[in-house]
Amino acid sequence: MSTVNTTPHTPGPLLRMSDIRKEFPGVRALDRVSLDVAHGSVHALMGENGAGKSTLMKVLSGVHPAGSYTGSVEVDGEPRAFADVAAAERAGIAIIHQELALIPQLSISENVLLGHEETRYGVIDWGATHSRARELLLRIGLDENPALPVSALSIGAQQLVEIAKALAKNVRLLVLDEPTSALNETESERLLELLLDLRDQGVACVLISHKLGEVMRVSDEITILRDGRTVETLTVERDAEGRPSVEEDRVIRGMVGRDLDQRYPEGEGTIGPVRFEVRDWTVDHPTQVGRRVVDGADLDIRTGEVVGLAGLMGAGRTEFAMNLFGRSYGRYVRGSLSRDGEELRVGDVADAIAAGVAYVPEDRKSLGLVLDDDIRHNTTMAALGRISTRGVIDPGLETVEARWMSEHMRVRSHGVDQTVRTLSGGNQQKVVLGKWMFTRPELLILDEPTRGIDVGAKYEIYLIVRRLAAEGACVLLISSELPELLGMCDRVYAMCEGRITGEVAGADADQETLMRLMTRTGEKK
Amino acid sequence: MNRTTSSLPRLRGLLQGRTRQYGMAIALVAIIILFQVLTGGLLLTPLNVTNLIMQNSYILILAIGMMLVIITGHIDLSVGSLVAFTGAMAAIMLNSWGLPTVVVVPAALLLGALIGAWQGFWVAYVGVPAFIVTLAGMLVFRGATLAVLGGESIAPLPQSLRVIASGFLPGQSEGPHLPTLLLGVAGAAMIVWIQWRSRARSRARDLPVAPVTVTAVGSALMVATILAFTYVLADHNGLPLVGVLLIALIVGYAFVMRSTTMGRRVYAVGGSERAAALSGIRTKRTTFWVFVNMGVLSALAGLVFTARLNAATPGAGTMFELDAIAAAFIGGASAAGGVGSVVGAVIGALVMGVLNNGMSLIGLGVDWQQLIKGLVLLLAVAFDIYNKRRVGGSTPIMPKLRSHRRPSPEP
Repeated sequence: MSTVNTTPHTPGPLLRMSDIRKEFPGVRALDRVSLDVAHGSVHALMGENGAGKSTLMKVLSGVHPAGSYTGSVEVDGEPRAFADVAAAERAGIAIIHQELALIPQLSISENVLLGHEETRYGVIDWGATHSRARELLLRIGLDENPALPVSALSIGAQQLVEIAKALAKNVRLLVLDEPTSALNETESERLLELLLDLRDQGVACVLISHKLGEVMRVSDEITILRDGRTVETLTVERDAEGRPSVEEDRVIRGMVGRDLDQRYPEGEGTIGPVRFEVRDWTVDHPTQVGRRVVDGADLDIRTGEVVGLAGLMGAGRTEFAMNLFGRSYGRYVRGSLSRDGEELRVGDVADAIAAGVAYVPEDRKSLGLVLDDDIRHNTTMAALGRISTRGVIDPGLETVEARWMSEHMRVRSHGVDQTVRTLSGGNQQKVVLGKWMFTRPELLILDEPTRGIDVGAKYEIYLIVRRLAAEGACVLLISSELPELLGMCDRVYAMCEGRITGEVAGADADQETLMRLMTRTGEKK
Repeated sequence: MNRTTSSLPRLRGLLQGRTRQYGMAIALVAIIILFQVLTGGLLLTPLNVTNLIMQNSYILILAIGMMLVIITGHIDLSVGSLVAFTGAMAAIMLNSWGLPTVVVVPAALLLGALIGAWQGFWVAYVGVPAFIVTLAGMLVFRGATLAVLGGESIAPLPQSLRVIASGFLPGQSEGPHLPTLLLGVAGAAMIVWIQWRSRARSRARDLPVAPVTVTAVGSALMVATILAFTYVLADHNGLPLVGVLLIALIVGYAFVMRSTTMGRRVYAVGGSERAAALSGIRTKRTTFWVFVNMGVLSALAGLVFTARLNAATPGAGTMFELDAIAAAFIGGASAAGGVGSVVGAVIGALVMGVLNNGMSLIGLGVDWQQLIKGLVLLLAVAFDIYNKRRVGGSTPIMPKLRSHRRPSPEP
């Protein structure tokens, strides 16, 4: 690759943050953290949830203004103190948050050049604005009409628009917080390629990500934070075949402060006979008439078995699971769900819960929890019958049960009175799991249970799933991460375009076989 | 010494999350004391306290229903028109059709339920925003009132209806009203018993409880307030019938919202409709019934108001919806839904009621009264938002702004 560096480099790093300390009431979020980012490099920032990555980036980008922290920030060797986000942007530093900051109703150009429109005497010159926007879109390789509203784009494309918006401000250092967490594989790939391109154009990048694979692929340096401190900075060299010089295990060790000898716990229980059978499950799209999203899905789950469901975005996994769970998504066409050979009536979610089915949704914040309520109420929400007699709740019993479940799930909180919004992602997920465990499910459907969760919490969630299965529950695990499916499941079904395209036993499964099944399209029955 | 220091944080823990309610309760006491001084003791005379209850009864009834609507994340702008319409229909049934009051009262409540069902249908099952549905209802039922009344008032009304708003508990005419005092003592004893029983139950389960002194002080304050209140009332004519109705409604609704699965579902739907739906809660049905309930309470308020006025007029109930909404927000509701309590709504309505009454007593004009009430509403909500931001509490009004000011969990 040819390097086209346009900015003249001063010797030394582009960014040097040293001895940063930041405290919140009762919490020391950052404790003498240092970070150097070299010109034209991709620098990954890794750490568990709560390690201080986001806080550090907020200090850098002016969200936490100068004066609210101690330590120094230097850009090109010059000490800087950003009073707000705009000041950081003027210095060429832009941050792209997980939640995109685009205005969906406005066009791509309007979004990209928001606040930087081409004007003449204060009047927007739309011709010039559109052509400037198109230039920026070309630079990020997004071939869309700049007059399209942003809401018409996929999440992946929106992410690119967000980057174009940063480029419009002549950014030199781009901070991306979990940019690929909502993207599918192709989109992620495209985004990572773009980061490498930008690097070669002289735009450095700080990448916060939980996905080790992508970090290993693109980063030149990796800084690991733990408990608000810098653990180490690793330089990644690549050999001729692009293999990184740093081992993934080394990074994990740095993040969790201990060796994770296995990333997936072993199953302990024995697998019994077939418990749940799904036959010919067929679902139509909720609004587009006649569009099949799940087409004649058959699957079996045995007692004590963890069954995986693999598929790419749009394969219909979530649609299948949600429709199975009391028809909570889409239009049910036909299909039967039976337990021990007896057909279950699951007309709505309440029926499904009564039949012993539980669904832990992918989007825990909006589908799994009432964020402004406490752990206790969230825990009992789906099984109020267990803490009440004739409709009257026993508050003491509720507290006792919620405490027990919270401990059982190892939720780190300062009590069941804590509002779930203030918990970290991993702990929120444990509360959701606890909520569904409280319904005493026989079939537990987990939809991307570890998305956006750090390595340590992931392992705890795997342990919980394993323990459940050992206790005789049936688990259906939906995941986009093939290693997770291979590590956790006794059997994996693959789905593509709404159909189950194959089934692989855990022992014979490998990523290639699954991927082949997941992409087996176009077969008509 | 050690005991007290360790109990302080515990106490704070128990108080947390209810700062707005406690804050407003304290504000209410402050306002009462202020006007008691300003009016030279007129505010708390037996006659005026009785008047306060009677004047604010219909707003209190509406505020309870409105609190439920706001907890589910909706709003109801039609309650004022509903008060007028149900009141007008009751008057027509009594005076033109000659029906007895025992038939008219349930018929009017049923009418309220039907209107509530009509609005609930559009909101819950069709998905039209409640703001629109009830704005339409506000116009429709105001128009319907004018139509059925032919633009004129119906008066006077039979004594059997008027007694709802102007009657008192029966009792002797000489000396303090004994039944009222007995009721007060019984109520106080009941509350103390409930407080200590729940404390004992928590202890038995090894759950954290407030220190004995705190519970004792709480009980003593409650008993003192109730006894003082009933003594003042007993000094006049005793407890008004509408007071009995209010106590029953407040106790009943507070119990339903705090301690039953039904109430919990209402909070869940308001907190996150989609999460509630995926937890097996029939969210549409819940929303529907909350509106039916609002309709019934509007009809009840309509009956009380009509009885008090001794007339059904086309302009009855104008702006009542705004008083009820203001009471709910002063009492701790959140526009985002999922937050609020019945006791809060009552405190909010009393704050407004005492302000109205006190300002009238000291001779402030309606112009100043409106201005001051508006500012109180704004300041009460602003204070609450400020307070939540400081302690890093729950409901963010502007999540973006908030996240910069408190330690947010790592994503």
